[in-house]
Amino acid sequence: MTSLIRMGRFSFLTIFGIILIYPIIWLISASFKPLPEIFSSVNLIPSRFVITSYINGWKGTGQFGFSTFFTNSFLLVVPTVIATVLSSVIVAYGFARFRFPTKNLFFSLMIATLMLPNAVIIIPSYLLFRNLGWLDTYWTFIIPSVFATYPFFIFMMIQFFRGLPRDLDESAVVDGCNSFKILTHILLPLSKPALVSAAVFQFIWTWNDFFNSLIYINSVKKYPISLGLRMSLDTSSISNWDQVMAMSVLSIVPCLIIFFLAQRYFVEGIATTGIKG
Amino acid sequence: MNKLGIVFRNSDNRQWIGLLYVSPFIIGLLIFKMYPFLASFYYSFTDFSLLRAEKFIGLSNYVYMFTQDPLFFPALKATFLYVLLAVPGKLAFALLIAVILNVKMKFISVFRTLYYLPSILGGSVAIAILWRSMFTKDGVVNHFITGLGLPAIDWFGIPSLALMSISLLAIWQFGSSMVLFLAGLKQIPKDLYEAGTIDGASKLRMFFSITFPMLTPIIFFNLIMQTVNAFQEFTAAFLITNGGPLNSTYLFGLKLYQDAFQFSKMGYASALSWILFLSIMLFTIIAFKSQKYWTHYEDGGKF
Repeated sequence: MTSLIRMGRFSFLTIFGIILIYPIIWLISASFKPLPEIFSSVNLIPSRFVITSYINGWKGTGQFGFSTFFTNSFLLVVPTVIATVLSSVIVAYGFARFRFPTKNLFFSLMIATLMLPNAVIIIPSYLLFRNLGWLDTYWTFIIPSVFATYPFFIFMMIQFFRGLPRDLDESAVVDGCNSFKILTHILLPLSKPALVSAAVFQFIWTWNDFFNSLIYINSVKKYPISLGLRMSLDTSSISNWDQVMAMSVLSIVPCLIIFFLAQRYFVEGIATTGIKG
Repeated sequence: MNKLGIVFRNSDNRQWIGLLYVSPFIIGLLIFKMYPFLASFYYSFTDFSLLRAEKFIGLSNYVYMFTQDPLFFPALKATFLYVLLAVPGKLAFALLIAVILNVKMKFISVFRTLYYLPSILGGSVAIAILWRSMFTKDGVVNHFITGLGLPAIDWFGIPSLALMSISLLAIWQFGSSMVLFLAGLKQIPKDLYEAGTIDGASKLRMFFSITFPMLTPIIFFNLIMQTVNAFQEFTAAFLITNGGPLNSTYLFGLKLYQDAFQFSKMGYASALSWILFLSIMLFTIIAFKSQKYWTHYEDGGKF
């Protein structure tokens, strides 16, 4: 009886999982299909494999192709991720290990900004960046992350630091470590799972970001992958579905690689710190 | 004694050093959060646009919104319907699958990874493109429907179905909530279920008397976070349905974007953003107030 239940559970989870993942598999298979076949069959195996959609899609329709958009995405995302992780770690250390005046005030404000909708601050942010001359540059992403504007990651790191015993710090103080050395030599080596999950989250969120890029980045030369994809969708509408799909597949590859490499840290990480994904 | 003295002296200094560590956050908070937040409140009472200097116009933006703007109420309605479809749907799937997954079983981490995958990719332009191609008239969804002998459905031509298709995209990404539920399920003491079994309670009864009440704090957290996100959804409405048909998917985020960045009515769009903010706040307050009727905290809700 119990083995019957177990079998039922297993089959349900498998079938449901296949339904869930089917769209992604379909996208990948469609990108290798000849164009007329994409909308004429549900078959996952193409009648013949074609890679022309990748070759033509990569070149793009206009002056700038996907090699530009990919490079741009990395130029935007990598510094943003590094800045976010570094600033969040330092700020979280301040909150988790020190008692200073105004601490409770700023901690509450940090929690409040967790729920502050981006939509409310987007217009003044746009005007601010415009006055600073940052529009159409990646500084619109990088500078705010230098100043720890992602409360998710601060909160996540605080929770993680709180789980590390304070005795470690105290003994390091006795050994003559200053507070920064305690962070770099004692706490950070122990924080790898939290650092990795913060970096992975920020990579995926920034890589996939569409709304902010749409508003802050205007020139095609500087388009990240999300805007490049959207442009190819706009100009070609229905005629080049095969190329659009091929480029869509390429655009999710970095996220897939990072997710599978880090998923051990990552799914556990969010589960323990209670942060959303 | 000497040792202790050092620790004490240092920890005294360290208090102020703490402020130094937190200072990037304080600067960021003031410049990139507080200032825009207050500025948008101010702009909402002006006719600010990029074309000319702004003028203070009092409540005109708000009056126009509620009395004249033909798209304000459709946007509000579409957004509320979207939130009502997407959030409960997402949480229901997340909870159901988490309960089924919460056993010792082979390949459990494979399933968890598989179910989490849509949450990783869901917000991207690539997936919006995929969704649009899947739900078009000759898309793969209709192939399955006609394969079952049913007539093909015009997903993007019928208002309620268009909203359904973008809600499904949100529901598809239930993995992130599921992972939190799984963590919560692990916290429930096993002896509660043992006691239930001894008392002869059925599995279903135990779910409603033990599992659900014990999970309510996490359900509450997920409900708040997912609702705040759903209220701001933009990408799906912009790229998949572009607000149509008949404004049925004209979500508030889309309206805000068009008024601010396409029609350059920044003052008016700021007023819209404050209505969105107040809607979210109102929901949050109601949710917090309602907590005492349905959530269960082991510490009695006081901490």
